[in-house]
Amino acid sequence: MNLESLSVGQEVSSREFSFTRDALVKYAGASGDFNPIHYRDDFAKSVGLEGVLAHGMLTMGAACQVAIDWAGESGQVIDYGVRFTKPVYVPADESAKLVVSGKIGAIDLENRTVRIDLSAVCNDVAVLGKAQAVVKF
Amino acid sequence: MVNPNVAGKKYPETDIYLVGREKIREFANAVFSTSPLNHDVFASQAAGFSDVIAPPTFPVVIQERSLSAVLNDPEADIDFSRVVHGDQRFISVRPIVAGDELTSVLTVASVKSLGAHSMVTFNTEIFDANRDLVCTAISTLVVRGEE
Repeated sequence: MNLESLSVGQEVSSREFSFTRDALVKYAGASGDFNPIHYRDDFAKSVGLEGVLAHGMLTMGAACQVAIDWAGESGQVIDYGVRFTKPVYVPADESAKLVVSGKIGAIDLENRTVRIDLSAVCNDVAVLGKAQAVVKF
Repeated sequence: MVNPNVAGKKYPETDIYLVGREKIREFANAVFSTSPLNHDVFASQAAGFSDVIAPPTFPVVIQERSLSAVLNDPEADIDFSRVVHGDQRFISVRPIVAGDELTSVLTVASVKSLGAHSMVTFNTEIFDANRDLVCTAISTLVVRGEE
């Protein structure tokens, strides 16, 4: 990656993710997070939620793929943080669409790192805040 | 209300977690990763790793194990049914690679009150078999107060 050719504010990549109930069950199994709010509507409602919602960590994990896709095989994410601002509700019979886009937030030529600022939006609402992934080349 | 006195408390090191290649692939598929480094051993080796590497959020699997000790600790008094994930960060020294044997040590970094709610921040340090730090996972849970 030629870091000199990049500029702060530049859009790098975007991707749309489709979260279905199947995707939530797959993530539960892969991560070991079996909190029933992620697969049982009756349970989710009993604790005051609208219904089943995606694991915040699924949203976080999917969102950084935008930075990874852009970085390719020569860069690694060395620092990645997000704030969970809004739930992503996933209905039983349809999918929730998560739209993630990334732009360059900072460039450090000396350390060969680039910070990608991610936006993750579901139904026109930002579901992650301060989502930043630092890629080291 | 979370016991503010647990701030600074360090929990015992977790048992060794052996990172499996298929576990990495399963996790990578679950987070929609198409990166060859998460799936293809030859691609990972060409990039200088001994085996497939895990996606950046994979350390949550290890963090989850550490956290369960806190959530089951009567002294901390955290009601898991009232817990919401507030924020999360992973600071990595190197990617996790299939074959790694990882242990972790969790410290309660802070306990803050925000009205009826409590915010608890945990630092989980993840070490490899050489006792070298691989990743620090920082997680803040919001524990909603009783109405």
